[in-house]
Amino acid sequence: MSTVPGTATTAAPQVEWDMATDMVRRGLPVAPVVVLLGALGWGVDGALSTAYALVLVLGNLLASAALMRWAGKKSLGVLAGAAAGGYAVRMAVVTLAVWAVKGMSWVELLPLGLTIVVTQLGLLWWETRQISLSLAYPGLKPPSGRS
Amino acid sequence: MGMAMMLAEQDPGELVAGLTAVGRGIVYGGAAIGPGIGIGIVVGNAITAMARQPESAGMVRTTMFLGIAFTEALALFGFVLAFIISG
Repeated sequence: MSTVPGTATTAAPQVEWDMATDMVRRGLPVAPVVVLLGALGWGVDGALSTAYALVLVLGNLLASAALMRWAGKKSLGVLAGAAAGGYAVRMAVVTLAVWAVKGMSWVELLPLGLTIVVTQLGLLWWETRQISLSLAYPGLKPPSGRS
Repeated sequence: MGMAMMLAEQDPGELVAGLTAVGRGIVYGGAAIGPGIGIGIVVGNAITAMARQPESAGMVRTTMFLGIAFTEALALFGFVLAFIISG
């Protein structure tokens, strides 16, 4: 704990990165299935669009976790600023990333959008379920590093 | 009155395109403001909790990160909807 006002930190474990990598680890095996569904529904363009959306969602989660981990080591004030500022910056980056490819021939907006929403919610639901189980039954909690 | 006459003189296609752009802006803007406020509330309360009970900071940070990500999903809903509206 620092004694300088506004720079207090906690000795909390850096859980964000573990959670984000856990979600990515769970998302990667499912990714081919999602891309296949995109291909079945919208052809090659659908497959490319879903793959692009997966990269955006997983990259966004990792970027968020990396930013929080860095900010958490600095101070609680920096953590608050990073959470709010990071949100604005990441949304802008995601918007630009979609805007940049929007007019391209291989982009199908519907599978792209559906994949972004469903993947984000699906991974979070999965992680929340796992964390809830860990809190309810601590004996089942995976070892550190594989939360 | 003048505004109504000006709109009546517009090409219908241009009017639709303009209104679509306005609608897109409202959808995305609204969808970004709400989660922004939500994330502020989540993080503010999490920091208060960590300051009051540093021993539970690990659990607070876990739920804070999940709360942020879930709130952010709302912004993604609006973002996706705005792009789908534009076609």
